[in-house]
Amino acid sequence: MPADRFSLLRRWEGLILILLVAVTTWASLGVDGFANSSNVSFLLLDVTEIALMALTMTLVIVAAEIDLSVASTLGLSCAVLGWLWNAGLPIEAIMPICLVAGALCGALNGFLVTRLGLPSLAVTIGTFALYRGLAYVILGDQAVADLPPAYTSLATATLGPIPVVTLLVAVLAVLFVVILHATALGRAIVALGSNEEAAYFAGIRVKRIRFWLFVASGAMAALASLVFTFRYASARADNGGGLELAVIAAVLLGGVSIFGGRGTLPGVLAAVLLLGVVRNALILADVANEVLNFVTGLLLVASVLAPNLGAVWRRRTSPPLEGSLEGKSAL
Amino acid sequence: MTITAKRPGATLRDSGRGLVERVARVRELGIVVALAVLFGVTGAVNPEFLGLDSLRDILLNSAIIAMLAVGQTLVVITRNVDLSVSSVVGLSAFGGALVLADNPGLPIVVVIAGCVLLGAACGAINGLLVGAAKVPALVATLGTLYAFRGIDYAWAGGRQVNAADMPDSFLSLGSRPVLGVPLLALAAIAVLLAVGWMLRNLRSGRELYAIGSNPAAAVLAGIPVRKRVITAFVASGALAGLAGAMWAARFGTVDAAAATGKELDVIAAVVVGGVAIFGGSGTVYGAALGALLLTGISSALAVLRVDALAQTAINGALIIAAIVLDRLLALRVAAALRRRRYRDAR
Amino acid sequence: MADSPPPVLALREVSKSFGAVRALREVSLSLIAGEALALAGENGAGKSTLVKILSGVHRPDAGRLLLDGEPVEFHGPADAQAAGVAVIYQEPTLFPDLTVAENIFMGRQPRGRLGRIDRRAMRAQAAALFTRLGVPLDPEQPARGLSIADQQLVEIAKALSRDARVLIMDEPTAALSGNEVTRLFGVARSLREQGCAVLFISHRLDEIFDLCQRVTTLRDGGHVADDRIADIIPDDLVRRMVGRELGALFPKQDAVPGEVALQVRRLTREGVFTDVSFEVRRGEIVALAGLVGAGRSEVARAVFGVDRWDAGSVQVGGRALRPGSPAASMALGLALVPEDRRQQGLVMELSIERNIALAGLAEVRHGPLISRAAERVRAADWAQRLQLRHRSLADAVDVLSGGNQQKVVLAKWLARQPSVLIVDEPTRGIDVATKAEVHRLLSELAVGGIAVLMISSELPEVLGMADRVLVMREGRLVAEIPRGTATEETVMAAATGIGGGGA
Ligand SMILES: Nc1ncnc2c1ncn2[C@@H]1O[C@H](COP(=O)(O)OP(=O)(O)OP(=O)(O)O)[C@@H](O)[C@H]1O
Ligand SMILES: [Mg+2]
Repeated sequence: MPADRFSLLRRWEGLILILLVAVTTWASLGVDGFANSSNVSFLLLDVTEIALMALTMTLVIVAAEIDLSVASTLGLSCAVLGWLWNAGLPIEAIMPICLVAGALCGALNGFLVTRLGLPSLAVTIGTFALYRGLAYVILGDQAVADLPPAYTSLATATLGPIPVVTLLVAVLAVLFVVILHATALGRAIVALGSNEEAAYFAGIRVKRIRFWLFVASGAMAALASLVFTFRYASARADNGGGLELAVIAAVLLGGVSIFGGRGTLPGVLAAVLLLGVVRNALILADVANEVLNFVTGLLLVASVLAPNLGAVWRRRTSPPLEGSLEGKSAL
Repeated sequence: MTITAKRPGATLRDSGRGLVERVARVRELGIVVALAVLFGVTGAVNPEFLGLDSLRDILLNSAIIAMLAVGQTLVVITRNVDLSVSSVVGLSAFGGALVLADNPGLPIVVVIAGCVLLGAACGAINGLLVGAAKVPALVATLGTLYAFRGIDYAWAGGRQVNAADMPDSFLSLGSRPVLGVPLLALAAIAVLLAVGWMLRNLRSGRELYAIGSNPAAAVLAGIPVRKRVITAFVASGALAGLAGAMWAARFGTVDAAAATGKELDVIAAVVVGGVAIFGGSGTVYGAALGALLLTGISSALAVLRVDALAQTAINGALIIAAIVLDRLLALRVAAALRRRRYRDAR
Repeated sequence: MADSPPPVLALREVSKSFGAVRALREVSLSLIAGEALALAGENGAGKSTLVKILSGVHRPDAGRLLLDGEPVEFHGPADAQAAGVAVIYQEPTLFPDLTVAENIFMGRQPRGRLGRIDRRAMRAQAAALFTRLGVPLDPEQPARGLSIADQQLVEIAKALSRDARVLIMDEPTAALSGNEVTRLFGVARSLREQGCAVLFISHRLDEIFDLCQRVTTLRDGGHVADDRIADIIPDDLVRRMVGRELGALFPKQDAVPGEVALQVRRLTREGVFTDVSFEVRRGEIVALAGLVGAGRSEVARAVFGVDRWDAGSVQVGGRALRPGSPAASMALGLALVPEDRRQQGLVMELSIERNIALAGLAEVRHGPLISRAAERVRAADWAQRLQLRHRSLADAVDVLSGGNQQKVVLAKWLARQPSVLIVDEPTRGIDVATKAEVHRLLSELAVGGIAVLMISSELPEVLGMADRVLVMREGRLVAEIPRGTATEETVMAAATGIGGGGA
């Protein structure tokens, strides 16, 4: 079973990758305007924020937590940026402040989760409202648009078809892949996500790691907010509303177990791209925006369903319960 | 514990039960106290808040969320979650309204039953995905959250149903009081009491707790896990369908976007109400009180003339305050329990 | 055979594989009314797998199940239960959020009108069960927080409450101490006399000889022998299980105690234990004995830093320990093999090698990165030294048999080469051969200069291995007994507080 599980995981990423290639091929051949360099850059740009936040979200979910407040943190950071810019601060000073603000948001989540032992789903539902609300308090419903052109154009600049910010994503992605899959920290994250108590007994600083994962998640959301703001040349309090579900959908589609302890970053990155390509191709094919969500949802369910249906089928022919017996004992 | 043995069994049992029950009661008491504070403070600042109209309004506003919270509790107790409720509400509200608008002659009961069935069907899809195909609930219902909403949009195709298109007899359901209490609130209370009784007193109700508490052990105990989980989702879906009909009656104007984003409100209510998000414990009464508290907060903020822009933030802060309070209370009880056991032992 | 009634439940040439692991190969066995059958075999021999086939959890790949001589198929645990089979699984399967009474009667609660559960009746029946077992558990207490032993007792009550025709017990005594075992056997005997068929699994041979009439032995998933207990002696049984002769069970080597390695002074954790002081010297094996619930594991947890303490101090190698930090304790050379291997010792979904590396991630590093080669070498080395029965080191530990899981936990800590080793029930669920192996290992480690603090509920182990025995009762240290004067009587007297032996 375990060996199967790992090869299944490998197959899983393979599946997403194959799907990605298939959809991309189909779109290049069948959808007008998909396979040209300006569309490719648009596509890559479009998934930047989701990709960034998916990196930290993957670590958070592997550690058996969840952060629903990322998009609100993004909004709050946008609001801070707009407000300080209106107040006349230089943008170079504002950006680190935004990152710190994001990190502080994450720190509050982390504090509530690790020090008070509250479930992260509950905490971040609260801060989801809190941070978005603070964004409104700070910036109201105005839009700050007169941002420095040097940055707004950098955010959309490309090298060939590849946007500059995609390079940033790529560098961070490599860093996170190494951290999760090849360092002691990564091992510790997987272990504590799978069995917190055993990890603690093995001397792993469970709370500290969880705390810093939330901080990282907040800071990453702030980084994403900078890209977002400059890309659209507009800082608003409602920037990025609803992105949290898109991020989580991508992470789960990438094969990360919602119960923690299992998942890989390459799978998640492939899933981010897959969702981006599907979206982009459907928009080009003039499919209504609402149908996009439908397809996203279907993809999410179908992708998890497909291998499971296989299992259900096998169960019919062989023992009934083994699959369901591996639930974590909770005592 | 082995040590406590020396005490006569009877006293041990009684004190033990008393304590467990006290804790249980305290958990909900916390919310009741919070509610009292909320109403007290707001009422002191603005007595109108305690007026009949205002109270009726709060009841009305919380009825739908409370109904959804009851359904959500059923699912959460089994260590699952149903994110798709808001989409089901939207689908059912729009569908019901559209059918009514197109067929004014149709008996209202039929339409409401149709809404419930539609919701149950959606719930069955979730249930099959989770219970039979073993898709993690968060993934499955996040998917159907998008999917059901997509169907809703496709069905609507940009249309909107207005109050004028629907029969008055239907719309009046949304506001008509019976003995001074809004009908919608009565419906929610009836559902609450029925589900609460079943959860506490029926074997199948207890089995839901068992499943959430330790799924593997539930299988070994011979509990029909799959059936129970599917039933919980169907119930949640059916209640969401009913809530959708209520939504249409209450607001009159419905488009495909109705109730978007409400899933987080519902889960917040459940969590604030003391239902463990990882299953196995919590009551529907707590969840309903949670819904009442959250709605009360919104209304109070409006009455207190808090800047509209600040309301979201304060709402979030209060949700956090509520769960922190609950947690601190639980910690104190646990500490007291530990000390008490030790005292008994000596 | 022709004139006697058919066995209540029987297996005929049953085989079961998990992937490449052949857990059972054409095994036959008969459970006869009014008789207790023991199932013997080393760790991983397939005993629990066989139990799970009898209880409907697994379906056999080949072979038949006979109920009263008629072929049956169990499609799930519910079917087996309906056929009158009650099972105590090796690992407790309780619902932590529910009360003890609800745990016992889940799905079978006594009901009144409208299908309403009759809580009063349920409570009374649970209390009656506990009285019958002679244990003081409160039926209304939530199952969360019960010690392993208490969990096991609830499992036993659950099985008894079914009024079963077949009672299957998979190592029910592993977590229990003498008193409770005696009670359990009393109940099992009376059930047997009432015509119940009993299947009993234990690695403690004396228990097998005490309770059972027949014994079926498995080795490597295959059927080895059927014997009447009256016809054999324990050594025969060991030979059948292991396939060879076995050396001494307690190969205690004498070591000269060196300087103090672990010093615990006036340690107190409010509500758990009070004023506990002792020291362990290098080269010494000190046993911490006492009844279940006396606070032994709690002391170990506090010393290691998993729990905080309220007063007192701990020194390792002369240096004061920071409370509440396992990482700090480990840095000073402390290691704890915890009580509950599944929950505290292992990450069940991770592979064997990763579990072994988990406590020493710093030692398998190559620069900032983990070296998989170093990790594998470390695991392979210890797997061999502990004779781990496994297919591949990359397998998840949850497919290992219980005893082999315990070996992985031991390997994980021994690989750190600690200076003070605390072991909490180190041989729970471990077969005789391995037990001797673990004892030899502990003895060797002590001779090599490690200080060993051993918590054990098995008196022979305590007496056989310890240089000194510390006895705890009700959260206090009540006696210190040197090897020379430690006997079952002196230790039990101190542990129960009955008779002399107090300090
Ligand atoms: N679900 C499973 N998947 C894969 N292999 C399994 C599974 N369950 C058991 N095994 C393997 O089957 C063999 C028999 O295991 P089993 O648990 O029956 O041993 P056991 O005799 O009960 O040992 P112990 O005395 O240690 O409890 C072992 O090699 C084990 O690794
Ligand atoms: Mg076993």
